Amino acid sequence: MIRNICRRLGESVIVLLGVALMIFVMLRIVPGNPVATMMGEHADLAVIERMTAELGLDQPVYIQFIRYITGALKGDFGTSYSLGKPVSFLMGTAFGNTLKLALFAALFAWALGIACGISAAARKNGLADHLFMGVSLMGVSMPIFMVAMLLQYVFAYHLHWLPISGINDWRGFLLPAVALGWNSAGSISRLVRSTLLDILQEDYIDTARGKGRTQAGVLIFHAFRNALLPVITMMALQFSSLLSGAVITETVFSINGIGRLAVQAIAGRDIPLLEGTALFTTLVVILGNLAADCLYDILDPRIRKEV
Amino acid sequence: MFQGKHSDSRIQKIPDAEQDIRLLSQLGEEQTLGKKLGRMAKENPLAVISAAVILVLILGAVFAPVLTPYSYTGMDLRNRLAAPSAAHLFGTDEGGRDILTRLLYGSRISLLTGVVPALLSLVLGTALGILSGFAGGKTDSLIMRLADIMLAIPSMLLAMVIMYTLGGGLGNVFLTLTLVNWAGVARIIRSETLKLKNTEYVEAARVIGVSKSRIMLRHILPNCVPTMIVLFTLNIPSSILTESSLSFLGLGVQAPDASWGLMINAGRQYLYTAPWLCFVPGIAIMVTVLAFNFLGDGLRDVLDPHQNRE
Repeated sequence: MIRNICRRLGESVIVLLGVALMIFVMLRIVPGNPVATMMGEHADLAVIERMTAELGLDQPVYIQFIRYITGALKGDFGTSYSLGKPVSFLMGTAFGNTLKLALFAALFAWALGIACGISAAARKNGLADHLFMGVSLMGVSMPIFMVAMLLQYVFAYHLHWLPISGINDWRGFLLPAVALGWNSAGSISRLVRSTLLDILQEDYIDTARGKGRTQAGVLIFHAFRNALLPVITMMALQFSSLLSGAVITETVFSINGIGRLAVQAIAGRDIPLLEGTALFTTLVVILGNLAADCLYDILDPRIRKEV
Repeated sequence: MFQGKHSDSRIQKIPDAEQDIRLLSQLGEEQTLGKKLGRMAKENPLAVISAAVILVLILGAVFAPVLTPYSYTGMDLRNRLAAPSAAHLFGTDEGGRDILTRLLYGSRISLLTGVVPALLSLVLGTALGILSGFAGGKTDSLIMRLADIMLAIPSMLLAMVIMYTLGGGLGNVFLTLTLVNWAGVARIIRSETLKLKNTEYVEAARVIGVSKSRIMLRHILPNCVPTMIVLFTLNIPSSILTESSLSFLGLGVQAPDASWGLMINAGRQYLYTAPWLCFVPGIAIMVTVLAFNFLGDGLRDVLDPHQNRE
């Protein structure tokens, strides 16, 4: 198992380096000198040249890349052109908000997904089954900004229950968390349902029923316990996608998170900031997926014993 | 298109050994494509309704000028932000333009941003997937590592970075969505190729000296077609969603082109005074995506028994 984890870790490092290179090259082939763009039309040519040299942008691309990577390893992602602060500082502040948002969204998605999945599986083709599965399909088909704006319109504007935007207290997180977690809740409930339905065919379920367990007891103590493995893996995977998928939600609800930072970077033609946010988010996702993989190994006694 | 190849009389008429092998490979399949689609129509009414919805959408996009008396760009400032009424079924926008009219014209762009990238990424992904699976070795690892890298970057972020590099506009949206989607296609087609590579008929074709490129084109590719149809259908809604998100952020299609996402982006500031500006195109996106998803699921159930729903 340890060897497996190490191998995956190695693969992840290679993929991450590839991602860094790809993003770096993509952002370097944008036409025009970023310094000139940053300083506006009326900047002095000599000043532009001096700045270009100071930022190392006159060096060949591969030297720039090596410098960037060595810097990034030390936590230095350069300085934001548009905001004038170190990218790592900006990302640190923003990541806190994104993490909180993703946690709220995950709690919502896990709770709702598992509850709906179990009640749908309890009576296959029953009313709850059709209702939940229909709603979950609709959830997956709705653009996230639609969900966000609908929630804003109904609960904040019409009913005045919750703030329209901003995250001054926990109430501010509720609507964004629901908007962000909506899709995940749909996928989790579908997975819980289908896994449970498979498990309910097993012999040991019949045995449990034969012993006189109630339907609820069978579902929760016999079936759901065995369904946990794929569900937990899915939950971990979903969490990293929530962390990375907050771009739209953060924009609609004006939350200063990593995603909104990336949008601001594009608006301000701010290459270091865009690069930093893209790379950092990918790192988080890769780590999340790695954790999900390892979790599976640790939780599954069959794999655990193999080693 | 596969019909007729199963009758025994035709097999006997063909002298070419390679043809025989190919026909043999198709004999293994118990049903023709047409029959499978027929089965889907009978068992899955939702997929049929979805196909009908998609047809209506396409007709609406094509015949937009005939279907509406209003102009797509003409302003009517006396009628700004009018609520839905008999004259304007879905109301008007901030320039007094009829929303239904803009929706119909916008569907041209939105459907195109679904179909074109799905098609392009299908071609690119299939070519690389078959090559990767069939060639193996260094070619395989090179293509698959590239796919790993593309898949590791969250798709929305990848799309944003590529759009930043290329700049806005319809053509660049096509290119971006293609680059975002090809890797997923390549992975699935590669695993399909690996399965097919070890079948008896590919082995037989190799033994009688059929060239590699011919095996890939004539024996492996046709057998990937069912999977390709499913992938194509399911990539359309995901492309439409990504495009609408990009346009919502102002990074996608640029005016005067109008996609549904861009309509929502423009309507966002009137969310509280004229909510139909956002919600009408939003519902259009949802219905379209839902229809393609249902159709795709239906097709997968009949065409691709290995890859059933989760």
